Amino acid sequence: MEKLIEILESLQPDVDYETTENLIDGRYLDSLTILSLVAEIEEEFDVEIPTVEIIPANFNSAKKIYEMIERLREE
Amino acid sequence: MNYFDLTYIFLFLPIVIIVYNIMPKKIKPAILLLASFVFFFMISKFLIAFLLLSILSVYLGTRWMSKVDRKRDEVLESTEKEQKKEIKNKYRRRKKLILILVILFNITFLFAFKYLKFFTLNTNFLLNCMHVGWRIKVFKFMAPIGISYYTLQAISYIVDVYQEKVEADKNIIRVSLYLSFFPQIMEGPIARYSQTAHALYERVRVNFQNFCFGYQRILYGLFKKFVIADRLNVVVGKIFSNYQNYDGITIFMGIAFYTLLLYMEFSGTMDVVIGSGEIFNVKIPENFRQPFFAKNISEFWTRWHISLGAWFKDYIFYPVSLSKPMKKLTMRARKGLGNHLGALISGAIALFAVWFLNGLWHGAGWTFLFYGLYQFTLILSGNIAEPFIKDLCTKLKINRQNIAYRIFQSVKMTFFVFIGELFFRAPTLEVGFGMLKMMFTKIHISTLWNGNLFKLGMDKKDFLIVFLALIVIFIVSILREKNINIRESISKKNIGIRWLIYYALILAIIIFGAYGPGYIPVDPIYADF
Repeated sequence: MEKLIEILESLQPDVDYETTENLIDGRYLDSLTILSLVAEIEEEFDVEIPTVEIIPANFNSAKKIYEMIERLREE
Repeated sequence: MNYFDLTYIFLFLPIVIIVYNIMPKKIKPAILLLASFVFFFMISKFLIAFLLLSILSVYLGTRWMSKVDRKRDEVLESTEKEQKKEIKNKYRRRKKLILILVILFNITFLFAFKYLKFFTLNTNFLLNCMHVGWRIKVFKFMAPIGISYYTLQAISYIVDVYQEKVEADKNIIRVSLYLSFFPQIMEGPIARYSQTAHALYERVRVNFQNFCFGYQRILYGLFKKFVIADRLNVVVGKIFSNYQNYDGITIFMGIAFYTLLLYMEFSGTMDVVIGSGEIFNVKIPENFRQPFFAKNISEFWTRWHISLGAWFKDYIFYPVSLSKPMKKLTMRARKGLGNHLGALISGAIALFAVWFLNGLWHGAGWTFLFYGLYQFTLILSGNIAEPFIKDLCTKLKINRQNIAYRIFQSVKMTFFVFIGELFFRAPTLEVGFGMLKMMFTKIHISTLWNGNLFKLGMDKKDFLIVFLALIVIFIVSILREKNINIRESISKKNIGIRWLIYYALILAIIIFGAYGPGYIPVDPIYADF
């Protein structure tokens, strides 16, 4: 989780990733930042994120992103 | 018939409501479907066959995919873990083939109806340039109403089934209703299956609250259209068709008025559409969210024609930018160019695809393609410049949350929107550039006070009415931006105040509506796309 927060902060500082739960709906992360985020996550966590997973529900908070990573790792 | 026709609001819609309510629960969805087909038939007659073909192709395609999924699951149950991936890939390929076939089938109709003429004319132009002696015969067919909208909905549904986001529906009435629901068929919003399909099949009676809330929303749409859009139409038409006769200030006013007209006409239509859905307890997704409160063009497009932007994001932008070759490109580029610019490379390619297709979706013409590429350039340059602007603001100690800075951002964004809409409305690129040039080079300051602006089809009274109506829209927009549910607040007021508000709105439309001699009503702009 710390690693994920580190990635998020490197891409978009000025957001409290521990508490924010509307990263997409609140427009903290735009489409282009999502692209960088996906690339970073895939490299760091050795998972593949298919486009079907790119939905606000999976990206609205650091916790949700982490849950998605865990789920994809298990699959 | 269109959504602002009194025949729709006071005849068609009430008849559907009455028949829907008196019919037994079981056949209520069939009544809505029948009403949708009647609506379509009244506008496009026998072209309804193409809508039916689209529905059938998507229905059969998704059912076929579901069969493939079931077969795959059966096989997977008796497969060793190591081979599962291979089995999954094998069945995914089969599904992909069905997906491609159905999409191609639907796109072919869209191409034939919307782009064939543009394509043949330009091919003939190229042949002429190359001194080739023969030409392709130019065909232009009358397109079925809403083909650009229901085709995108059909694609979204089949892709969602392919990706297993939603299950393939067994019920052909529900699928048909989802693709052809009469309030949405002409101008969208392009809803997803998960957003409206089940609500359309809920079979609940129209109750008094939904009826009132629905018609309130419709009234608000009529107010935007009849009081503002129709009033601006004559001025806009005059300036765009004879721009050489006017100075830069008048041209600028024409462009600003056109943007306003487009916003009022399209968002007003959406009010009628969403209100019509609300009557039947169907929550049709919003298509506008106070676009002029956006900070930049990129945000503007998440607030204006939301459903189209979201469609392009989900079905073009991410699939392109997250495809395997693009991901590799992103990784390589990020190593060489850093995080920000690296990700921009694949993002830019996907963004180009989005805006090229977005321009083309609006119409087969060079002005629309230019319009798309203009938006692409603005969004991309905004993204490239962002880190530099951020640094600059820090160095100059400018607080970007400051109200003055926010106003500066809004003015800048609105200006860029105006320029985009200029090309959107201009009949040719030549006219567009001509108007743009004159806007900056032929400025006669005296236009502001010599009274010429009042000779274009709107007198002082008309200007005042538009101004006051815009204040009403502005106040409603602020309340919406603050997430205040205006209609719920009104419904809690006592009956006197409530009816006073309704009567005021109805009277405003009747008294201040721009109809009769001297006014030309705006045609449904987005129904042509």
